[in-house]
Parts: sequence; structure tokens; C-alpha cells
Amino acid sequence: MSTLVLVEHDRGTLAPATLEALAFARTLDAGAVEAVALGAAAEPLASELAEHGATAVHVARHELLADYGPEAWGHGLAAMIAACSPDVVLASGTDVGNEVLAHAAAITAQPFAANCVAVTIAAPGRATLTRLRWGGSLFEEATMTARPLILSAAPHAVDAARSPVEPTVATRDVEIPTWAARTVVVDRVERAPGLTLATAPVVVGGGRGVGSAEGFAPLEELAVELGGAVGCSRAVTNNGWRNHTDQVGQTGTRIAPEVYLACGISGAIQHWVGAMAAKHIIAVNTDPDANMVSKAGYAVIGDLHAVVPAITAEVRRRRSVAE
Amino acid sequence: MRVLVCIKRVPAPGARINVSADGLAVDTAFLGFTTSPHEECAVEAAVQLVEDHGGTATVLTVGPPDAEEQLRYAASVGAAAAVLVPADGDVDPQRTAAAIVAAIGRLEGRDGPFDLVLFGNESADSCGFQVGVRVAHAVGRPVVNGAKALAVDGAVARVERPSEAGLDRYALRLPAVVGVKEGINLPRYPTLKGRLASKKLTVETLDVLDAAPAGGLTTQRLRPPAEQGGSSTVILGHGPDAAPAVVDLLDKLGVLG
Repeated sequence: MSTLVLVEHDRGTLAPATLEALAFARTLDAGAVEAVALGAAAEPLASELAEHGATAVHVARHELLADYGPEAWGHGLAAMIAACSPDVVLASGTDVGNEVLAHAAAITAQPFAANCVAVTIAAPGRATLTRLRWGGSLFEEATMTARPLILSAAPHAVDAARSPVEPTVATRDVEIPTWAARTVVVDRVERAPGLTLATAPVVVGGGRGVGSAEGFAPLEELAVELGGAVGCSRAVTNNGWRNHTDQVGQTGTRIAPEVYLACGISGAIQHWVGAMAAKHIIAVNTDPDANMVSKAGYAVIGDLHAVVPAITAEVRRRRSVAE
Repeated sequence: MRVLVCIKRVPAPGARINVSADGLAVDTAFLGFTTSPHEECAVEAAVQLVEDHGGTATVLTVGPPDAEEQLRYAASVGAAAAVLVPADGDVDPQRTAAAIVAAIGRLEGRDGPFDLVLFGNESADSCGFQVGVRVAHAVGRPVVNGAKALAVDGAVARVERPSEAGLDRYALRLPAVVGVKEGINLPRYPTLKGRLASKKLTVETLDVLDAAPAGGLTTQRLRPPAEQGGSSTVILGHGPDAAPAVVDLLDKLGVLG
């Protein structure tokens, strides 16, 4: 048996989730773990992939793979499946990973199981698996019959881990239908480096309890003071108080800060699955029985409109004393 | 232009999701139902396109007869036609896609081609990330997922989607398929006039599921994850007096800088 792991990269820059997928692939115990990289720009990634256990790196070369395109990548992966005949094809369950696997599954007429957390391969072509539903608030146990088994690993299901082997690179030209050019990126806007909700070390979040768009001003102040970002729940976006780019949750951004200060947020499933990767959660809520309070490690029972400014004032007071 | 939006009726869970006694479904005894969030935005996107360019927005769902509630809701915010493909219980992604392809074939054979077919990026409940892509391949049209902006410019659909590095832009020649993400717009609320119109709408039924073969992924059971946290929450205090305890904690956790 063999497992082929899709290398997610942006014109040669490796997406770290790929290394998780390599670690996940080793847990399958499905023969050699090899990597498949679409586009010649990925060739230099071979040594890093080998550091993380890829015993061979298969590079697919085609002019339509010079930049990302969902159809070109889907056909590129399907061509590599035909060439390598793996038993398992695995990617990380990122936007790109799930998209490319869905294309490859459609092209090869095979099933696809997204965001798996555990997979047992009973025999070649047959697996029992556990995957995430509802953004991770429910597990589905399923059986899959397919050649190959096309699976994505839920992000953070396992940690990336070094497992060095000698790098081996095999580059081959692949056939991709010329019409796949119709969905290649035509233009892009690069984001200026800086703090984002997804990478902020501290997130100050507000929910329905904030009450209005203006009500977020004290949360903004505290976020600035702590070098963090402001987040919000879906109720807030639906009310038009904040832009959807600030929404934390299943259909918003998944955050993973050191500290998440959740203010006036009840903690419905929709929000919780976006916040649960925070290392420490401090809930501020008038209701001691709120779901967010019972799930948080720490809580302040009280009105956020009084509590948040008091926290900001205390941070400033200590800083001025320290100076 | 003619736009088709494929939507899904899903439970609206609160703080936790309970599973039915047989482990095969979400226990919805005490839950309401809604349209999966990405798809609610897809409906709004379709209605806006029709407002700008003329034409009609049609909604389609593969689901139980009760899904008529979500079809009528879509009509109340501007969809002009609604199609139900009746299904009992959970339908696997390959079979769902095959049924939608058959339904599109019937509708286009009778009324002419759809310029755009919109899906949600993934459904809120089963999160399969594939039905729209499968349909696009079956009907031979270009598809891009994750759309956070969508505009039609002549015969081209312009799609923007966020990436790790910033924002990617695509230009898809119509007819095309697009997977929409929440945040592309803020869905409107129904007007009284819209509600009245939606009550009068005839929902068309297309029995195309039986002919769609089952796929290779079969659900065995659902189970909730082990409970985390629980009663172990440390209460730092009550009201603004708790501020020093909060700041002590922030300091201890190393985020005071």
C-alpha cells in the first residue's frame, strides 16, 4: 500500500498544514508516505518534505500549474493518481486542500471524506473513519469504499512532526486539459503584513451583549492596549454592527490566540467552534450559566460595559507605575 | 440572467448538538430549522444579480418535504421559483450531486440554461466540501469555491476569494458554478410583501433521487465529542472589581508585553 500526500503551496511557498498532513498520513499505517507537489515551483520543497517523512516527492510539471487553479490542480492530482496508483490520497482540510480533493474525487468518480480525525484502513480500498461535522461539534463515523481513498485531515488533528528520510524527487510532465485555464487566478491583491484575527496573540471578542456598533469602542481600546484584534459573534455581523471579516466561528474565522476574552457572548455552537482553539478563554458575561462561561477556563460575572473599561484602565495603571 | 441556488435545510443548534437514540441523526425535537448560512448568502447574491441584470433566481433543495419552509423563505427574499427534490434522511454527497445534476438537466431542458449555479461553500451540518464541485464537473462548467465577492460583467463572472497571501481574483466565462461563503453580503430580511408572495408560490417537485446511485461514503453513526471544561471555570470576580484579577492573569499568561 502507499499514501500520497498533497503538498499545498503558493508558487513554491509551503503551507504549514502540509506538514500536519504528512504526520497524519503516518498514523494511517498505509504503506510508504509519499508527497505529490503540483507545479515545478514546488521542487525546492523536497528537502523540507523529506524532513517530515516524505520518502519520495512526486512533482507534476505543466504550465497550468505555475499558479493555483482549482481545476488545473484537480486534473494535475488526478493525473498523478493515475501515474502512482496510491491506495490513499490525503491533504490537509484547508480551503485549498478540500477544494483540490473535491475536484480530484469528481474527476476520478470516487468518494471524498473531508476533515477526518481518525482513519482505520481495513483492507486496500476499504476504511472506517471519523470525520468532523458542524465545524467540529459533532463526529460522524463512516465507512468508505474507494480506490484510492481520498481523505482530508482535519486541521490540528495531529501536530506536524519531524521524521527525516533521504529526499528523493521524481518530476514528470502531466497532461491537463487546456480548458482548465478558465479557473486559474487572473489577478491578486497581496495583503500587507500585519496583525490578523487568525494570527493575533490576543482576541477581544464581543457578542449580542455589546448591544450596538458603538458599543465595540471599549473593546477596540482594550485590543489596542493588548496588541490584539477585535472579534465578534455571528449575531453581531447579522445585526450589521461589524464587518463579517471580524466574525469568529464556523462560517467566519477560526482563531487560536493565547488569550480570548469573550465579552457578552453566549457561546452557541456556531461561535464556539471558531474559538475553541484558543489556549485560554476568559468569558465576561452577566449570566453565570451562559455556555461560554461554563466552557471557558476563566470568567468574570458582570456587565461587559463596566468590566472591559476597568480592565483597560488597570492595564494602563500598571504600565504607568512600571515606567 | 437565470441563476439557480442550491440550498440545504439544517437544524439551528444552540449550545450543544444532541444525537437521536439510533445515532443516525441530530435530535431536532427542540430545535428550529434554518438555511445553511453560506447558502443563505448565496440566495442573497442571486437576488442581487437578478436585481442588477434582470432575470430570475430559482432555489433548489434535496431534502425532506419540510424543506419547503426554506424554499419559501428564499422566495420571501426574492427567489422567483422553487424546486424540491424529495429525500428521506441523510443523502451522501455523490448521490446528492447526481440528483442535482439530474434536476438541472430537467429544468434546463424545459426552460433553458442557467447562467450561474450557486452553492454554499459547504453545508453547516455535514460539511462535505464537494457537492458543488461534483455538479460542476458533471455539467462541464467552471467552478470556484470560497467566493467573498461575485459580480457579472457581460459573459464573465468575476469572483474574489481570500487566500493566505491576500485576495485571489478569478474570471469565469458563463455558464459557471460558484461556491459562496458567508460574508459575501448581508442577507436581507423578508418584507411583508415578500412573505405574502412566498405563500402563493408553487413549489415544483422533481423525483430524481431514486435514479441517483449511492456513493462510496456511508454514515454509520453520529456522536458528540467528549465534553470539555464543565464546572471547572475559575470565577475571577464580579463586575469591574474583577479587573485586577483579570490583569494578573493576563500578566501570568504572558500577553501583557
